[in-house]
Amino acid sequence: MKSWQYQKDISGCGLSGIINKNGERITGESIICSIACQHDRGNGLGGGFAAYGIYPDFKDHYALHIMADNLDALHAVEGFLNQTVSVVHQEKIPTRPNKYITDPPILRRYFIEPVKEGDRICRWPGLSDDDYIVRVVMNVNRDIKGAYIFSSGKNMGAFKGVGFPEDIADFYRLDEYSGYIWTAHNRFPTNTPGWWGGAHPFTILDWSIVHNGEISSYGINKRYLEMFGYHCTLLTDTEVVAYLLDLIIRRHGLPVELACKVFAPPFWQEIDRMDKEAKRLFTAIRMVYGSGLLNGPFAILFAYNGGLVGLNDRVKLRPLVAAVKGDTVYMASEESAIRAICPDPEKVWAPKAGEPVIVTMDKGASTTKKQARLSPACAGA
Amino acid sequence: MLHQPITKNYHDFIIERDPEKCIQCQVCVRQCSYGAHIYNEKDERVTEDEARCVGCHRCEALCPTEALTIRRNPSEFRENALWAPQFIKNIYKQADTGGVLLTGMGNPYPYPVYWDRMVLDASQVTNPSIDPLREPMELRTWLGSKPDAIEVEMKKGKPNLTTQFLPQLQINYPILFSAMSYGSINLNVHVGLARAAEELGILYNTGEGGLHQSLYKYGENTIVQCASGRFGVDSKYLNAGVAIEIKIGQGAKPGIGGHLPGEKIGKEISITRMIPEGSDAISPAPHHDIYSIEDLRQLIYALKEATDYEKPVFVKIAAVHNSAAIASGIARAGADVIAIDGFRGGTGAAPTMIRDNVGIPIELALASVDERLRQEGIRNRVSLLAAGGIRCSADVVKAIALGADAVYIGTAALIAVGCTVCQRCYTGKCPWGIATNDPYLAKRINPDIAHRRLANLVRAWGHEIQEMLGGMGLNAIESLRGNREKLRGVGLNEVELNILGIKHAGA
Repeated sequence: MKSWQYQKDISGCGLSGIINKNGERITGESIICSIACQHDRGNGLGGGFAAYGIYPDFKDHYALHIMADNLDALHAVEGFLNQTVSVVHQEKIPTRPNKYITDPPILRRYFIEPVKEGDRICRWPGLSDDDYIVRVVMNVNRDIKGAYIFSSGKNMGAFKGVGFPEDIADFYRLDEYSGYIWTAHNRFPTNTPGWWGGAHPFTILDWSIVHNGEISSYGINKRYLEMFGYHCTLLTDTEVVAYLLDLIIRRHGLPVELACKVFAPPFWQEIDRMDKEAKRLFTAIRMVYGSGLLNGPFAILFAYNGGLVGLNDRVKLRPLVAAVKGDTVYMASEESAIRAICPDPEKVWAPKAGEPVIVTMDKGASTTKKQARLSPACAGA
Repeated sequence: MLHQPITKNYHDFIIERDPEKCIQCQVCVRQCSYGAHIYNEKDERVTEDEARCVGCHRCEALCPTEALTIRRNPSEFRENALWAPQFIKNIYKQADTGGVLLTGMGNPYPYPVYWDRMVLDASQVTNPSIDPLREPMELRTWLGSKPDAIEVEMKKGKPNLTTQFLPQLQINYPILFSAMSYGSINLNVHVGLARAAEELGILYNTGEGGLHQSLYKYGENTIVQCASGRFGVDSKYLNAGVAIEIKIGQGAKPGIGGHLPGEKIGKEISITRMIPEGSDAISPAPHHDIYSIEDLRQLIYALKEATDYEKPVFVKIAAVHNSAAIASGIARAGADVIAIDGFRGGTGAAPTMIRDNVGIPIELALASVDERLRQEGIRNRVSLLAAGGIRCSADVVKAIALGADAVYIGTAALIAVGCTVCQRCYTGKCPWGIATNDPYLAKRINPDIAHRRLANLVRAWGHEIQEMLGGMGLNAIESLRGNREKLRGVGLNEVELNILGIKHAGA
């Protein structure tokens, strides 16, 4: 074959996300089908999922998902957890053998609550529960070699590893879980080694993020977060987004829509044309949160217990498509990934650069109802 | 005994005059303020006294027939690794005069220039580079103390900012003109700086010589300086600009004050500095009301009181060994902006020993200050300016990547208006009409041309900064600030890499 006849390698990452605003829980098969449809957007070096509403029996406890390279590392984590938190329940993360998933780390999950003052000796008195858990996660991930907490929210969990996402899903038996929000990622690693901790999603508390792109501002985003006690240890630029969400939305209390404007702010030429109040607000955002701007190409989906958000960088250098049908909203890198599980959406659109698609749970949504998988026949699987 | 002083034999430059080309027009005689060119009326010929040549190249540039070439004097001392020529010549000079050696501009010695040991990144494949000619590429920068977070309240479904900000300065380029006093440079240069700053949407700095009456109209683009001599400082002056800079130190002469000799204090300078004509203007080495950090705090707040808390207060320090701790103290003392001036920063006059041996490179000082402020979680509270030896737009980009919000340029600005860095600013005889108040020399600077050339320089650097940013896949300068991932060291040892907080190239 002549050189010009070769097909060029397709690079990029694939994303998919589903949310049911009414809180109806969808089985994992739909999201697996959707991300599998974007198989060629990855290279088999990373796949992962985040699911919300999957632990109704422990919904008030933080669910820590831990990966450890060996038993020593796992014991070190357990020793640390015994000193800092109360473990209510612990178990292996259920898996099934998959011929494409080789050499997985030890995978465990712990349902925990922070040690309360007066109960036992509290390691960090005065912190809120959430801040306390962030501290636990940061300490483990920074200080314990070979072990990582890769999920730490309530009633949600991240499942990820090295492999194509459909194989990762099979390995983690995700078809057996039901959630009202699902996100998925198919990874084509370029900048960082393909390793289990580096797969998406990245999470802290119930924030989870899947990302297609490269964060060119990583160097300053990381140093900015370090000022607030976040340590980036997972060797992947996307990690900063999870911590920025926690800092800006949870700790600083900015509404989600403004957090999106931190990540993808309007250009000065737009701000200069705004009315006085808006100009003041957006100028302030850019002045104060300039180090939180995510510069470089990206499409991200981030989720929390209250909703799902899709966002592009401010010049839209990565694809993102959204669609609605009834109470369910879909977002994915490609429209085909949506149509694979929802052939007849009411509305399909490509969000503009820097314009977030924010989907929040309806008031009064109940997250205990279960719904069958959305699309009975999945062409991609 | 020597027949003539040895300093005459071992002068620095020789003047080559091509007799075929020279038409005896005496332009060189009129241009050379040092008297190196002499017209011999008897012979009707121009001759030279090479010992007086400072190597400024003014005569060479203006000779209408290109008859002149200025060269290094090839006559050399016996080679000696220890006794380099400048040491020998300096001893001759001091043995002649018994005085302190004086010099001008910044440290010229071959200490490592860390700018030249750092290289920048660019996008390939996974992130597209951005073309600034097609896409927005934002350089707008805000100087001032920022809060850690903002607060908003929802009003009629729309978020409304409730956080009150301390005063902030908007600049269109991350480049400011550094403090150079009226006196050390003349009014024509000041007018050029002020007008260029106005056109560019940046700021220039008065230095400690006060503000000439005719320049008050450029207040929106002026930083007024308050230094240890308090020259020209009154309440009108403090309120004339958009910011006030307290000058604690200067990179070219850390620990040293200033001295403008009485001969240079003419009428206009006397009025502007608010001192009698002909009296020496001596700036003490320390501020005599600042003997420690708590005193600095008092001055910062005194200046804020005097200006209704409407103007950010800058504090400028020379880069010295403990810059990081000092800067942290200054941030906590209430400064809005900290300027750090490296040991290559210029000066109108400094003792040679101080200029060449005191202070540290700006790259190292900047890196350690930015890192310290971050470790202490107070980096938002101040803006950082890097100064001292910024030569080109790549230096600006590297300074910002190390952690600066913006840079000050002084020497580069003077070069833009004609300076050739001959280092004789202290003589007051600048043949290029820059570092002189002699009206005959000063009129060589046309303020309109100075303005245009300064504006050109900054605009050109702006374009280059945009190109470099776009190449890195960034479209806003704030994503470069402190982004040390964009830098790699070349040929640096581990200690240096650790201080700079960067990886080595290839890593």
